[in-house]
Parts: sequence; C-alpha cells; structure tokens
Amino acid sequence: MPLPRLIPCLDVADGRVVKGVRFEQLRDVGDPVELGAAYSDAGADELVFLDINATLDQRDAAVATAARVAEQVTIPFTFGGGIRSVDDATAVLEAGADKVSVNSAALARPELIGELASVLGSQAVVVAIDTEDGRVRSHSATRDAARDTLEWAKECQERGAGELLVTSIDRDGTRDGYDLEQLERIGDAVSLPVIASGGAGNARHVADALEVASAALLASILHEDPQRLVSLRGELKELGVCLR
Amino acid sequence: MTTVAICRYGAGNVRSVELALQRLGATLTDDVAGADLAVLPGVGSARTAMDGLRERGLDQVLRARTKPTLGICLGLQLALEETEEDGGVEGLGLVPGRAVRIREGRVPRIGWAHVAARPQDQIVDDTAYWFAHSYAAESPAVTATSEGLAAIVEHGSFTGVQFHPEKSGAAGARFLERCLSRA
Repeated sequence: MPLPRLIPCLDVADGRVVKGVRFEQLRDVGDPVELGAAYSDAGADELVFLDINATLDQRDAAVATAARVAEQVTIPFTFGGGIRSVDDATAVLEAGADKVSVNSAALARPELIGELASVLGSQAVVVAIDTEDGRVRSHSATRDAARDTLEWAKECQERGAGELLVTSIDRDGTRDGYDLEQLERIGDAVSLPVIASGGAGNARHVADALEVASAALLASILHEDPQRLVSLRGELKELGVCLR
Repeated sequence: MTTVAICRYGAGNVRSVELALQRLGATLTDDVAGADLAVLPGVGSARTAMDGLRERGLDQVLRARTKPTLGICLGLQLALEETEEDGGVEGLGLVPGRAVRIREGRVPRIGWAHVAARPQDQIVDDTAYWFAHSYAAESPAVTATSEGLAAIVEHGSFTGVQFHPEKSGAAGARFLERCLSRA
C-alpha cells in the first residue's frame, strides 16, 4: 500500500479560505493559493479544496481558483463543491486539479458517479459522504439523505467512485477524535481507499485514523497554520506512523 | 533549448504537465513529430484515450518517433501492446507487454510510494512519488518497481512512468529535469 496520507482541507467561499465549526460560524482565514502552497511546503501529501457555497453560476470562479492553485502547488489536489456534471468536473480537471469531490449531486443523481468515472477515470472521482448515526446527510449535512451509510458506500464503489471521503458530522470540528468504528465498518465494506474526516484533535487521533483509513483529512487541528502540520508530522513519526 | 510537445488528445491532466515543464524552462511546441521530447500524458479510460489518439493521428506520429517519448500514467499503459481495461483495448505497441488490473491492496492505488530503480540508472531518487492507478504494466521492459508493481518501463526511445512526476513535488521536478537533459 502507498504511504498513509495527510490531507489538509481548505474550505473555500467566494475565493477565500474560511473556517466554520459544524458547518456554521464562518470566518475568513486566508488565500487558498498561499495557504495551499504553504501546506505543500510543510509536507502535505495532497490538498482538498471544498467550495462550501458554490452555485451553478460560480463555476467560472471555481475553475479560476483551481487554475491559480495548479500554478503554485506541485502536489495533487481535489476540488469539490458545486460539481454537478461531467462538464463541471472536466473544467476543474483541465484547470489542473487531479480529482473532483461530489456529495449532494451524487445523492440526488447517483448516475453522476459512473458518468464521471467513465470520462475522468475512477481515480479522479471522490465521493464525499457526510454521515451521522450510520445515516447519510446531504446539503452540507443539513438534510437527511434517506440512505444507510454502508449501503451508500458500497453503491458508490459499484458505480465507479475512486475514493470515499467520510466525514462524521457529529465529530466535525470537535477535536474529540475520528469515529474509528464507523471508518472501520466502511473500510471493510469497500475495497476503495477511505479518507477519514471529522474530529482530529491530536496526533494520536490521526495515528488511530490511519490504522483504519488510507488518509486523514485535517481541518481544525491545523488552526490554518502550516507550521502546525510540520509539528504534527513529527509527532506522528514519533508514534511510529510511516510518512512520506 | 529542448523542445517538448505534449500530446493533446482529450485526456485531462495536460495543464499540470505543461506547468511543470514550463517551470523547468522547456520550450513547448505543438509539433509532436519533431519535438526533442514528446510527452504522452493521460488520465481517464483507456478506450476513450486510444480513440482520441487515433482520431488525431497521434498513434502513427508516436510510432514513427525516434527521439525520446515520455509516457505518464495512462500514457505508459497506452504504449503497451494492450490493456485489460474496458474489456480489452489494443495499445500503441511501442513497448512489449500489457496492463493488468491491480489485484492487491485498495484499488485505485492512490498515494505516495517509493520507487525502486537499479542504482546504475539514476533516473529516480531514493524517495516517494505520487501514484493514482488501477492497472499496472506487466512487461519485460520494466526497469523500476514500486511495491512490486511496474513504476518505470524503458524500451527503445520510450520511457513510461506509472507515477505522476508533475504532481510529485520536488522529486517529480528533478525527474522531469533529467528527462529534459537526456532529450
């Protein structure tokens, strides 16, 4: 297996990186390109940019952000938010992104996963699953998607997804630790790489997540500070985690 | 000045390759037949990609080349005789062998992994490169592996890498720089 991955996640709104807790209380924390490049220098294995208030008419803005990131960042990055069609995804990849992440659009029309995979390849298709108590939630976790999480994970794989980005809603932003049991159940149910998200508070939490998942998404634990990633990597290596 | 032509045939990822080569000072050209180095990038599905190459006549142009060609990821797999992907697709046949589905570990195989090359080759560093693939080459032309899977194939004027040098940070840039200096 490739090395476990540390993936800083940057929530983007109106071209700026923002931070909220449990999908609320947004505040501006910087420029996506500057922060992305700094995380790359600090040892990030990949980056995820999630446009959290993307709408159809903002596709050009998303593509422009992806293009700016690609000019400065030489590690892989995923772009999510507002991608509803193969055309949307192709535009973002042509701008230099490596993967797209889809969430509510895939729940609304699961065929989208297969359409993206057949054109872009599975390795470029991340399905983000927001979950609470074994159920999937949609629209930034504000709605019950009326789906069982394990069943949806398996369906995503069958339809051609390349990775699952699993966020435990009740842990998100809490720094209480990842929901390891749920991550393990999902990992057992699929053969795809799983990216753990939601709840990282310290290095031990991340190390535990990397036992059951291929990668850990890092958000509030980093305090939007690339230097925190440097120290976290050091702490993880001391805990015996083999990193790049 | 080394001239480089990136094959454009509807398979994504061209922009990142272009940016990486520009950072290294390469002169980009559209002349795939005449460039000092041709780069065959590729992500996506094998069938769509091969159809795209044929439609543009790039399959013939690449077969006729005697100067170096670099295939990246799917670009490596397309250079083989065939791939298992999409129920079986005939490749360019620049390199003997075929691409087969990865049978171990989580697939797609995504992430950073070490590449083990013969010390005398000095084509890669002793470090990790970024991979994202579900198929891997089985070929007598394999010259470096990663966790038992083909990482580099070299045959005649063709070099193929399964990893993405354009996304492998500083190590990837050093690899591309060597390709440019050899061309």
